[in-house]
Amino acid sequence: MSLLEIRNLHVKVDNHEILKGIDLKVNAGEVHSIMGPNGSGKSTLAQVLARRETYAVTSGEVSYNGKDLLAMKPEEAACEGIFMAFQYPVEIPGISNAYFLRSALNAIHKYRGLDEMDAMDFLPLFREKLKLLDMDEKLMNRSVNEGFSGGEKKRNEILQMAVLQPKLAILDETDSGLDIDALRIVAQGVEAMRHPERAIVVVTHYQRLLNYIVPDFVHVLVDGRIVRSGGPELALELEEKGYGSMEAEARHATPA
Amino acid sequence: MSTNLNAIRDLAEREYKWGFVTSVEEERVPKGLNEDIIRVISAKKNEPEFMLQWRLKAYRHWASLEKAQAEPKWANVKYGPIDYQEIVYYSAPKQKPGLTSLEELDPEILRTYEKLGIPLEEQKHLAGVAVDAVFDSVSVATTFKEKLAELGIVFCSFSEAVQKHPDLVQKYLGSVVPYSDNFFAALNAAVFTDGSFVYVPKGVRCPMELSTYFRINAANTGQFERTLIVADEGSYVSYLEGCTAPIRDENQLHAAVVELIALDNAQIKYSTVQNWYPGDKEGKGGIYNFVTKRGKCLGVNSKISWTQVETGSAITWKYPSCILQGENSVGEFYSVALTNNYQQADTGTKMIHIGKNTRSTIVAKGISAGHGQNTYRGQVKIMKGATGARNYTQCDSLLIGDKCGAHTFPYIEVRNSSARMEHEASTSKIGEDQLFYLRQRGLKAEDAVSMIVNGFCKRVFRELPMEFAVEAQKLLSVSLEGSVG
Repeated sequence: MSLLEIRNLHVKVDNHEILKGIDLKVNAGEVHSIMGPNGSGKSTLAQVLARRETYAVTSGEVSYNGKDLLAMKPEEAACEGIFMAFQYPVEIPGISNAYFLRSALNAIHKYRGLDEMDAMDFLPLFREKLKLLDMDEKLMNRSVNEGFSGGEKKRNEILQMAVLQPKLAILDETDSGLDIDALRIVAQGVEAMRHPERAIVVVTHYQRLLNYIVPDFVHVLVDGRIVRSGGPELALELEEKGYGSMEAEARHATPA
Repeated sequence: MSTNLNAIRDLAEREYKWGFVTSVEEERVPKGLNEDIIRVISAKKNEPEFMLQWRLKAYRHWASLEKAQAEPKWANVKYGPIDYQEIVYYSAPKQKPGLTSLEELDPEILRTYEKLGIPLEEQKHLAGVAVDAVFDSVSVATTFKEKLAELGIVFCSFSEAVQKHPDLVQKYLGSVVPYSDNFFAALNAAVFTDGSFVYVPKGVRCPMELSTYFRINAANTGQFERTLIVADEGSYVSYLEGCTAPIRDENQLHAAVVELIALDNAQIKYSTVQNWYPGDKEGKGGIYNFVTKRGKCLGVNSKISWTQVETGSAITWKYPSCILQGENSVGEFYSVALTNNYQQADTGTKMIHIGKNTRSTIVAKGISAGHGQNTYRGQVKIMKGATGARNYTQCDSLLIGDKCGAHTFPYIEVRNSSARMEHEASTSKIGEDQLFYLRQRGLKAEDAVSMIVNGFCKRVFRELPMEFAVEAQKLLSVSLEGSVG
């Protein structure tokens, strides 16, 4: 059984169909990349999997870990092990990074019937992950994402992922706005998360992130449909030819 | 989005938990207000002549204002006319006169305070907070008195102060808020029945938090308490007040006055967690909280700091202020005001800079949810002689949902060109994107709202004594229940 199985997923936003029948299987232990031009529906797919309620699923099914994902609230999906690294992480003034993350971890622990962690237990874990992402310890006490640079925000997302240890991690354009050094550090953080029991879905516009995170599978999303799937070589082909040729294929596939 | 909406709504609609009524025998005067009633109140309290005369002057002043229909109408709040002749101005739990120990207190009243989480029994009282409890119109218990007395600190009910320290009372009563100050201050001066009195002698640092807990219990009564705190040269005191009331359909009037006086190098820190009954979801009932609070930094280098967390009351009309008279004196105002359902708040501060190099800081955080209307109204006045005065004002509003309102009226008046003024203001809304972010990390929608609101208020909570800060945070999330939208 696949960890994630999407069948014929259709999604509307403001009465406009964005996803027009997505089929995708992701197994534990795999890294998938979903690539596509702007407006193809990549981010919509990521947000629907994270259960954002502003997106209306009009038909289709998604099973996650044997459960109906579409019946879950965002916090349930999170507690069941789905994590999304946001393209635009929000700021929470007055709430420290450490407190926020410990609250999130404890909410998940509580859901799973595990003991909650106090600050003393949490601190070493937090420190270890900060080191992994080459982040300053001062970030612990700063308000969540407030005054962070674009790169710091993205790293902070990966830090949260490293602490929360999801089963299914979805990275929504995590590479956008990162310089090459930050990109490498973020990619290392993600690579360190590879695990036989974890799947990672990397949503990206550019191939460059895939120089550092080598996916097992690449899917090309154009106009709400997956038009091609393949191995890592597909990303290189895209880099060379651009999305244009595949957009033509997609148009061709649209019934007149 | 719909769940986010619902969660905010649920959060706002949690019930008021302090709404029970205690059944005790009451002693009350007939309803209505006239000179005879005032004489009765003064006589019941066995007051010296100066008190009676002061009350009568106040009453006459108030009566003239009432006749002229001079009840203040400038605040950004709406309510029907108050019939002042329908209010009972004195209600007290019946008890033996001259209560000497807590054992003599009506056990029902003790139980009330236990239910509210306010332990009055000293032996159980390890928290290091001395408590004065005011039940309806009178003070029922003051703890830790002897221990404080060893340091020369006076902490007692106002009535007791009038008997035992008439000189201090006569010297300072009305010196910061004269009876003629405003309509409600005049009413309070005429009819106030009790409250707390604190005197900290020269050079003494009060070793514990002093706390008064106000409870309105009886129906159809008004509560008019008066608090007077005098910090003598070089002394320090931190004072806390908390308030609750039962759920009742009719509105009840609470018109209190607080006066603070800080002499040379003295510091007063005054913290309030106000949780009077706010009315129901439709806006029925609730307390009208019309309060005048003012502190005078009389001495050089003195400091008065107000911190308030206002979550209760149907209407709040309150401007804890500082008169910065002494050179280098400092005034501070930190406020969180939350309005939910149909609550209205018009609150803020006045900082009057008179002395040289006086400084003031204002941090006001308004949270509006449901149909709540929240107004910040502030005045910073730099007088001619206040060379080198400085003010920093920060005024932030947070909106939850789209039926509530936030309003800001900052007045600034500068008559000395050396003054330095800073003003920052912001309005933000808890957005779907913020909530989604927190929920995606595993937090329930209502916990997400609480977290955002607590973060918003952090600058103010930091000013509260530790235990109070925890209580304020909890109170805020309870008061917000059902507000997600």
